Amino acid sequence: MGVVDREFEKLEAAFQAKVEAEQRIEPKDWMPEKYRQTLIRQMSQHAHSEVVGMLPEGNWLTRAPSLKRKAILMAKIQDEGGHGLYLYSATETLGISRDQMFDQLHSGKAKYSSIFNYPTLNWADIGAIGWLVDGAAITNQIALCRCSYGPYARAMIRICKEESFHQRQGYEIMMTMAQGTEEQRDMAQDALNRWWWPTLMMFGPNDSNSAHSAQSMQWKIKRQSNDELRQKFVDATVPQAEFLNLRIPDDQLKWNEDRGHYDFGEIDWEEFRNVVKGNGLCNRERLQARVDAHEGGRWVREAALAHARKQEARKAAAAA
Amino acid sequence: MSKNNKGELPLYEVFIRSKNGLDHKHVGSLHAADAEMALMAARDVYTRRGEGVSIWVVKSTDIVASSPEDRGSFYDPADDKLYRHPTFFELPDEVGHL
Repeated sequence: MGVVDREFEKLEAAFQAKVEAEQRIEPKDWMPEKYRQTLIRQMSQHAHSEVVGMLPEGNWLTRAPSLKRKAILMAKIQDEGGHGLYLYSATETLGISRDQMFDQLHSGKAKYSSIFNYPTLNWADIGAIGWLVDGAAITNQIALCRCSYGPYARAMIRICKEESFHQRQGYEIMMTMAQGTEEQRDMAQDALNRWWWPTLMMFGPNDSNSAHSAQSMQWKIKRQSNDELRQKFVDATVPQAEFLNLRIPDDQLKWNEDRGHYDFGEIDWEEFRNVVKGNGLCNRERLQARVDAHEGGRWVREAALAHARKQEARKAAAAA
Repeated sequence: MSKNNKGELPLYEVFIRSKNGLDHKHVGSLHAADAEMALMAARDVYTRRGEGVSIWVVKSTDIVASSPEDRGSFYDPADDKLYRHPTFFELPDEVGHL
């Protein structure tokens, strides 16, 4: 074994020991290249998901049933944009530029959460998204607050504080509709029917099929497995659905006294793979909307830069 | 830094004082064309819920940082001065709290 290899092994062992001791890794610390790449992939996907996540909701901004609902939805969408920015900023500490991340998203190289490739057909969907999709996101994100990479963990803590508003606003929409007219109740049930399974897919493949899991757990990027988090979400959500008097669309869903958890049916993984591959109902539309927004904003960025340069030149001239 | 960020707005680090009496604390970063835009963006991104009463923005390239590699030697001079800690001095109990 060469000197370089031995040196590398020593660094790697020291890194792993630091992780085991629950010390956080900070941007300038030595880290294995694969750790860096794994984080860049996961964090940028997370950021992209926040940003693309604004699109299905934006669809309902002008159609929200009251001024109050509009204002609240606007604030929630603004939060999602903010969460994207916290995460992009944290990812940049790993040495990738914002533009590179945008390129990866816009070219389709980087993924974002498959959930946002489903359409929002009516107002009840906005309730279901807040309650279920944000609920699932919180379950994931709480675990990430203890991630070994400092900037990611700190961004997550900030995000988790804000997400609980999102989930509560969603549940309140569902509550209002579930207690409304028969037609409204049917809309709420229909939204739950359509969003339940895609929400469970948000936790990713089963542990036995999860490509990146073992290494991420060892590096404490991930603190709980996909299946553990999914179970946690189901256990928390079933009583909430019961309170709404809505039925979760799963015939196999039932309380298992021995396990102390709910048993639930198998996810349609074929559908999951298909959406991840880009064949979901809205994949193309979402990406196009994202690219259009970025291109449409180009002149603003250029004008802001030109203005800054002009101000700078004027200041220099005045000083001379 | 990456080479591929031509035309990308410069990066600013953001520090926020959450209330008077407390220090400014680093909260993250953002891209802006100039300091004025950075301040406004920092307000929108990092203080949507009254998290701050004062914001500093600093161009990331203007920050000079120590590097973790020389953690040992850089802080060496402090290691052999245990008498800087109050516990270095042993006093009888009768003296009371001091």
